[in-house]
Amino acid sequence: MSTPSKLRALRGTTAALQPKRNNTPIRYTSTTTSSPSTTTPHPTTSLRSILIANRGEIALRVNRTAAQTGIRTTTLYTDPDARAQHALSSPFAINLGSTDQYLNGARIIQLARDHGCEAIHPGYGFLSENAGFARACADAGVKFIGPPWRAIEDMGDKSRSKEIMLAAGVPCIPGYHGREQEPGYLKERAAEIGYPVLLKAVKGGGGKGMRIAMEEGEFEQQLESAKSEARSSFGDDVMLVEKYITTPRHIEVQVFADGHGSCVALGERDCSVQRRHQKILEESPAPNLEESVRQDLWEKARKAALAVGYEGAGTVEFIFDNETGEFFFMEMNTRLQVEHPVTEMVTGEDLVRWQIIVAEGGKLPLTQEQVEERIKSRGHAIEARIYAEDPSMNFMPSTGKLLHLRTPALTENVRIDAGFVEGDEVSSHYDPMIAKLIVSGPDRKSALQNLVAALESYEIAGPTTNIEFLKRCSQSPAFVAGEVETGYIQKHHDELFAMHPIPDDVWSQAAIGLYEADLASRPEASPHRPVQAVGFNTAPQPRAFNLLVPSTDPAAPAPTPTKVLVTKTSADTFSVSINDSPPTHITSSYDPASRVLTSFYPHTRAATTLVRDPASQTLTLFQRGAQYTLALAPPAWHAKALGSKDAANSVRAPMPCKVLRVEVEAGQEVVKNQPLVVIESMKMETVIRSPADGRVKRVVHGAGEMCKAGTALVEFEGEE
Amino acid sequence: MASRSRALARSLRRLPQAPARAQPSLSTKLQCRSVATYTSPQQANQISVLQSTVDKNSSGFRENAAALGELTQKIAELHEKTSQGGPQKARDKHIQRGKMLVRDRVTALIDPGTSFLELSALAAHGVYDGEDVPAAGMVTGIGTVEGVMCMIVANDSTVKGGTYYPMTVRKHLRAQEIATQNRLPCIYLVDSGGANLPHQADVFPDRDHFGRIFYNQARMSSQGIPQISVVMGPCTAGGAYVPSMSDESIIVQEQGTVFLAGPPLVKAATGEEVSAEDLGGGKLHSEVSGVTDYLAVDDAHALVLARRCISNLNYPTSNNVSRKENWEEPIHDLTELDGIVGTNLKQSINMHEVIARIVDGSEFSEFKPLYGSTLITGFATIYGHPVGIIANNGILFSESSLKGAHFIQLCSKRNIPLVFLQNISGFMVGQDAEKGGIAKNGAKLVTAVACADVPKFTVVVGSSAGAGNYGMCGRAYSPRFLWAWPTAKTSVMGPEQLSSVMEAVGRKVDPELKARIERESDVLFATARLWDDGVIPPSHTRRVLGMGLQAAMGGSVEDKKTEFGVFRM
Repeated sequence: MSTPSKLRALRGTTAALQPKRNNTPIRYTSTTTSSPSTTTPHPTTSLRSILIANRGEIALRVNRTAAQTGIRTTTLYTDPDARAQHALSSPFAINLGSTDQYLNGARIIQLARDHGCEAIHPGYGFLSENAGFARACADAGVKFIGPPWRAIEDMGDKSRSKEIMLAAGVPCIPGYHGREQEPGYLKERAAEIGYPVLLKAVKGGGGKGMRIAMEEGEFEQQLESAKSEARSSFGDDVMLVEKYITTPRHIEVQVFADGHGSCVALGERDCSVQRRHQKILEESPAPNLEESVRQDLWEKARKAALAVGYEGAGTVEFIFDNETGEFFFMEMNTRLQVEHPVTEMVTGEDLVRWQIIVAEGGKLPLTQEQVEERIKSRGHAIEARIYAEDPSMNFMPSTGKLLHLRTPALTENVRIDAGFVEGDEVSSHYDPMIAKLIVSGPDRKSALQNLVAALESYEIAGPTTNIEFLKRCSQSPAFVAGEVETGYIQKHHDELFAMHPIPDDVWSQAAIGLYEADLASRPEASPHRPVQAVGFNTAPQPRAFNLLVPSTDPAAPAPTPTKVLVTKTSADTFSVSINDSPPTHITSSYDPASRVLTSFYPHTRAATTLVRDPASQTLTLFQRGAQYTLALAPPAWHAKALGSKDAANSVRAPMPCKVLRVEVEAGQEVVKNQPLVVIESMKMETVIRSPADGRVKRVVHGAGEMCKAGTALVEFEGEE
Repeated sequence: MASRSRALARSLRRLPQAPARAQPSLSTKLQCRSVATYTSPQQANQISVLQSTVDKNSSGFRENAAALGELTQKIAELHEKTSQGGPQKARDKHIQRGKMLVRDRVTALIDPGTSFLELSALAAHGVYDGEDVPAAGMVTGIGTVEGVMCMIVANDSTVKGGTYYPMTVRKHLRAQEIATQNRLPCIYLVDSGGANLPHQADVFPDRDHFGRIFYNQARMSSQGIPQISVVMGPCTAGGAYVPSMSDESIIVQEQGTVFLAGPPLVKAATGEEVSAEDLGGGKLHSEVSGVTDYLAVDDAHALVLARRCISNLNYPTSNNVSRKENWEEPIHDLTELDGIVGTNLKQSINMHEVIARIVDGSEFSEFKPLYGSTLITGFATIYGHPVGIIANNGILFSESSLKGAHFIQLCSKRNIPLVFLQNISGFMVGQDAEKGGIAKNGAKLVTAVACADVPKFTVVVGSSAGAGNYGMCGRAYSPRFLWAWPTAKTSVMGPEQLSSVMEAVGRKVDPELKARIERESDVLFATARLWDDGVIPPSHTRRVLGMGLQAAMGGSVEDKKTEFGVFRM
């Protein structure tokens, strides 16, 4: 709550110092505190020390290039991040304290000055597109590694940016970008544009503060939701209304401009595969795109950048209408983007290095012709974002400790940008992105093949991840054919979310693994423990393991367990029967240190990593490139003995969260799917809906309260 | 082991000879002494490794193997049948009520992957004419619960409602005796209708009858041996004292009941009409009377609670400190025991071959191998536990008795458990023997056996006759455990000798006598009456002894010092 207001305050103070507008771009250098209106180019000066005002993988990413260039870096961290990898990456690390302090621009600038940092790299998110911050940096004599503050301001304001683009001849999407924000007025504008319409926060980005109204009836609700999210994310709820294109593609162009009037387009990226309006697969070049259109996109992107006197790295986002082949300017992201490694892969350039060169006042290392040469010779690259989230629960963020993390081998074609290592905690305070996997190949087909192979050797246990989902996406026939659009996931929902049966080898290894891990954890009591038969009549007795695929959806019906009977017949042999099938004899050995169970079946061998999560009581198996999550069914007596209340009568929090709004009150009649509570977790809003018709008995948690996963949010009147 | 040391010896030979250095001053100094040759541990161990002369292709071996194999198979089948418990109808009804069968309860109670050493599995077999009481309606044995070795006593209510026959009482008391001697916490899984009333005369009045169960519970509790009971069925009258006398007790709701008199008796006595659940159900006892401490919703829950009780005992689980960490399986094949022993006890059994298939690495440090050689004595380890082994290899003579007594003294002083391998028809008789004082020399052995306060284990391999039974730690000498091979025969003397003695003393001999003695000396007759703790397959002897040693030497152990009586010199 305090941060947005602080930022507003920051903007307020700098507004007083706002210089006269100039047609020429404004440039700063690190070594001068001269007036921002100075327009003469400065000689290049090497940066010696920068402050990285960000966290996670991007902080590490910036640090890597800085280290290669001999620049000293200072990192920042908040209390929950004290042991995060980015905080540990530099000996110069400053504690900011509470979780929201990455947004405290004034303090960060002061710290940069105090610690002798000549420049600040803002990464993406946080302060990266905050014009007030960029300006305050300039005022304080600290170089902001990014575009001039005025370019940020121009592009950050959606309606102003549209005016500038139209003036520069860049096509824009029809819409209302005005200052009048009265909901009724906005609704009229929406009717003019024609439904469906997109409602978007003017200051927004990354899908936050964005909603679609498919028809007039839902306009108010979507508007309120978008505004609320915008307020909490950006502290500003001014909205714009735009035509919503139903089968669009998201194609963006990476541009780079220097202070010498040069601007190059470093190719385009197709980021159409999105969930919750956030990208998960990004590739370059865009598939199935005519060369003339591609050249046109690049041309328009450069025009857009030059129109605002841009400097440094930027991305011009276009919405591409798959049906007409038209494209429209959407916005310009005035920062280095999450998916920049895709461009680095296809150009062979280090964009952070380029940012530093531009910040130092240098010239762009490549001309447009050289860039095109590079792209032609280097093939295709694709990035998969690995998130701690649960695709089956509408990609709801997941949290927890990374109990097991194994990454594919890094090669020339495989790159990983990650902010976490095994044992780290994915907390609910920040973005749940664990890593970015970037692979390349001479063409799209081989890049995709590499992607699947790399995903198959990417193992993460602890929080639920989207890796299995990414595997399915990248093997989905339409995706392989390049038939991408932003509605890809919804359109192919049935294919992507189909339930696949669990192979028998997984059931049997899960049961043997649980058995062996249990034994390994107990002290040896009897002298000949592996051999069970002692005397007549004491043949080893089987143990039944009732395993199931746990559902993260509290409303889902309990799945039927699979009964796996395991008899340990000697130190390393087992007899296993699945759902009363004839027993299979399996020789298995378990290594408690590596948690690998190697089993020799009569027909095959399987080496599987098993990870037990003590928090969620689940068992994660990595077998032959696939991940399975299973759980032991609770014993029959559990419910009765533990006196657990019937979950059907209450709606529970699906993850650790904060209650933002409560939409119902006690005694109210609700219908199925009616919104009950809006929660926020990992900066994302989720609407908790009623699972059935009924009457609310009690609202357990009010707005502003923090809840753990599984706590009841709303209780319903019981059946009786 | 042997081949390894040979390989080592070869490699040592291949070492280049160090050139003799000319160091006159030193060599002159040492002239008067020779040099101690280094002996590797492997070379030293060679003298202890028992070699086998078994010819698996000889007709004798094959006949023996076939005969004992057949006998073992017969006994295995009998065990299999007995372990089913009561009749199918009773078992079905039991499961329908949502109860677990007794052996499933035991499996669920013990740690996964651990062994259960069942005791007296054939108790009451053929004892009651016209009544089949499998395993005397009770499973007893040693199992590991939360890392603690425990004595488990579990009623099988599918057998005659779990009522106590005289043999059931004996079995229960024997389990408690083992628990007392080895300091094993007791877990009673109670599901019994109480004393079997028609047999009350053999169940109720005597010292070692029903009442002794509760006496034992109280005494063990006083000695710090925990008593835990799980009420999984009725506990009526005397049975009500099992949970009541326990340190902690668990009851299954709507299934377990505890009362001094059941509803019919209450109605007869006072006219009060009350349901079993209201009279003594789990809810009543856990909420109102306090007879039980924990209320379980079903068997599985109750067993989880019982496991938790054990985990809270703070009971020592320390291993035998003398136990060697590294041990190896015998180098000879254990299954060859069938062919070595056979079923014809008139053939002598080569006990060295038997020992070679019981002890670690077949290594046996024989004591006095050349003296009194009809009794083999020596040191070995079983699963790392040091043991002293005393085995018959013929009739006991004065020398062998003296050697045995000497060896028992050694083991008692060194706190080494004793293992007796019995195949004895008795002490030597005759004028020479009596002149030599066989009676007093035999008495020395018996005194030594009786007084030795180290854990003793007896395995009846073959005959166990006459005073030989005493000298070799028969049942009366309170070995911690006594196991019998299928070949075991226990009687005061062989049927032929007994008949001829009877004739000699001038009695009219019953023509049935010989056959009756034959039958009564059979292992099944003995084990049904709990003269032993169970029949074991010869090849499992090592495992069974290992488990017994662990029970005796691990966990809580009572420190006892042996005081011998007067040895008649």
